[in-house]
Amino acid sequence: MIKLEAIHKYYGTAAQRLHVLKGIDLHIEPGEMVAIMGSSGSGKSTLLNIIGLLDGFDRGQYQLDGKRIHRLRESDAARLRNRCIGFVFQSFNLLPFKNALENVALPLFYQNVGRRQRNARAQQYLEMVGLGNRGTSMPNQLSGGQKQRVAIARALVTQPKVLLADEPTGALDSVTTGEIMALFRQVHQQGNTLVIVTHEADVAARCQRRIVLQDGLIASPALEHTQM
Amino acid sequence: MFSIDGLQEILYTIKHNKLRTGLTAFGVFWGIFMLILLQGAGKGLLNGVSSRFANDVQDSLWIFPRRTSMPYMGYNANRNIVFTESDMDAIRRQIPIVRHLSSENTTGSFGSSIVVAYGSRTANASVFGVSDQYFDIKSLIEIRHGRPLNRLDQLQGRKIGFIGTRVAEQLLPPGQDPIGQRISINGISIVVGGVFWDKGQQGRMSERIYLPLSTFKNIFGGGDRLGLLTLRPTADSDPYTLADQTAQLLRQRHHIAPEDKRAIWVINIAEQLRETKALFAAIEGFIWFVGFGTLTAGIVGVSNIMLITVRERTREIGVRKALGAGPGAIIGPLLLESVLVTGFAGYFGLVVGVGLIELVAYLFQSLGLRNDLFVNPEVDFRIAITALAVLMSSGLLAGLAPALKAARISPVEAMRADAQ
Ligand SMILES: Nc1ncnc2c1ncn2[C@@H]1O[C@H](COP(=O)(O)OP(=O)(O)OP(=O)(O)O)[C@@H](O)[C@H]1O
Ligand SMILES: [Mg+2]
Repeated sequence: MIKLEAIHKYYGTAAQRLHVLKGIDLHIEPGEMVAIMGSSGSGKSTLLNIIGLLDGFDRGQYQLDGKRIHRLRESDAARLRNRCIGFVFQSFNLLPFKNALENVALPLFYQNVGRRQRNARAQQYLEMVGLGNRGTSMPNQLSGGQKQRVAIARALVTQPKVLLADEPTGALDSVTTGEIMALFRQVHQQGNTLVIVTHEADVAARCQRRIVLQDGLIASPALEHTQM
Repeated sequence: MFSIDGLQEILYTIKHNKLRTGLTAFGVFWGIFMLILLQGAGKGLLNGVSSRFANDVQDSLWIFPRRTSMPYMGYNANRNIVFTESDMDAIRRQIPIVRHLSSENTTGSFGSSIVVAYGSRTANASVFGVSDQYFDIKSLIEIRHGRPLNRLDQLQGRKIGFIGTRVAEQLLPPGQDPIGQRISINGISIVVGGVFWDKGQQGRMSERIYLPLSTFKNIFGGGDRLGLLTLRPTADSDPYTLADQTAQLLRQRHHIAPEDKRAIWVINIAEQLRETKALFAAIEGFIWFVGFGTLTAGIVGVSNIMLITVRERTREIGVRKALGAGPGAIIGPLLLESVLVTGFAGYFGLVVGVGLIELVAYLFQSLGLRNDLFVNPEVDFRIAITALAVLMSSGLLAGLAPALKAARISPVEAMRADAQ
């Protein structure tokens, strides 16, 4: 599903270059649930953003779902993000002036799906995350856990092949974290591919496979797999 | 992209930035409002100036005899100059570039009116006696009924009159065919041969009655004297040369010093028109200058506000991009917002401006205010529509830079930016 080979990423100007990713090789099969760990500043978010086509890379090869990703035009990248990838962020990133249902329906708007069908599908996904009755709530009326559920529903509503989450539980307490992880497991069991960036060992422990980034490289492939 | 949903989102953001949108809108409103006002006022001024011109042909000369201002060849100063038929003969003989030549006499001092009658109805009119070819020179006069005076009228001294619309309206009952009616001037019966409209002096030139010169002299006397001479040059010549040659000949014939500029007064319509045209051009240039400034200010204002909007919404734009909004989906609504705000505010300014101009025009009319310098302020509708179209495209232009900037926002940066 995701195939990275010798990915390099630099930040900054030519004079003051920061070598963030120093040759990442990573294969993620369809239906895998992978955790990316590592200390702060090790390049986890950078890697996730490259996978999610939000950011480019300087060297290496990237294949997403069999397609070679290379110097995409912005409109093509947007279409791929819309159809193939769902994002979940630490800070939820719901649009504050739209209610839960409208937030979930938004990606479908960019697919030119009609309003009625959009809302029906959004409602279905809200129900899936257990918020079927909160469609008209505004984000500021929801708790952190609820916001993240809405965000997950929004990420799933286009039925993407890959779900990417950058510290999705970073702003949540342990009980809520448990609930969100249960939701991710459920999504995983439906056959989706998940990549979750996290600091938390217990979050990582609930994933199939862990990757540790260290100083821009993948540290310990040997320790990767756990039995689920 | 320009769906109902997109429109709803725009209305939503406008609603949530009422003050800011309002201020921008006011800038645009004020700009177009002032443009319309200026345009109306300028038009009023132009109308005022141009209504002073009679229906005189552009190359006509009007030569008035006056009084000498210096002694010459044994004659005293302050001598009255009198033109006669022999002056006309001399001009005809000696100046080959004359195309038409005629003369005009009036009752009393220039333009003073007398009472004329039709049965029991009366009206005030200035009565003029004119020679042959007069209406070849005043050829732009509008003939409403009948015909102007012709050569036979002159030669046979017919008792026929060519009367202005204002005289006809006062004298004749409504619906009455004026042609062939007999009106009485100083007790002499005159047949109406035609009716004309002359916009000169805000239409006061239509308070006239023209008679053949011989008929006029039968009624009012006046001997050999001619009130003024009027001429047109031939097609291959020009009024300036003709004015010089005629003035020189007349000075010579009447023993006027060559440096005496006051004894003969020449009105050269071409020269007056040239001056007026220069004035018109200056006024129009000023209006365009102000209009251009207004539009530029409008563009800059809207553009600034849109830039602020984009900066404030950076995170939102980043999120939308992460969710799959392409460049078009980002640019479109911003452009639309810019055009909507500009368009609505501009249209409002247009309506209020036009309303105010119409009100002023109405007041001028209903209060009977007559000011030679300011007549019928009005809005050139084409210019107004053009202004609005330009404003809409300015809206597009104003939104373009901010929208393109928004399209270039990197979603990663955008979502990081506000996070702290
Ligand atoms: N736009 C940028 N310009 C310059 N440097 C950047 C930029 N984005 C990230 N970096 C640097 O790249 C490195 C990796 O950043 P990244 O956000 O990927 O780390 P991370 O592993 O996600 O850290 P954290 O756990 O704190 O989120 C950091 O040193 C960061 O300072
Ligand atoms: Mg990070």
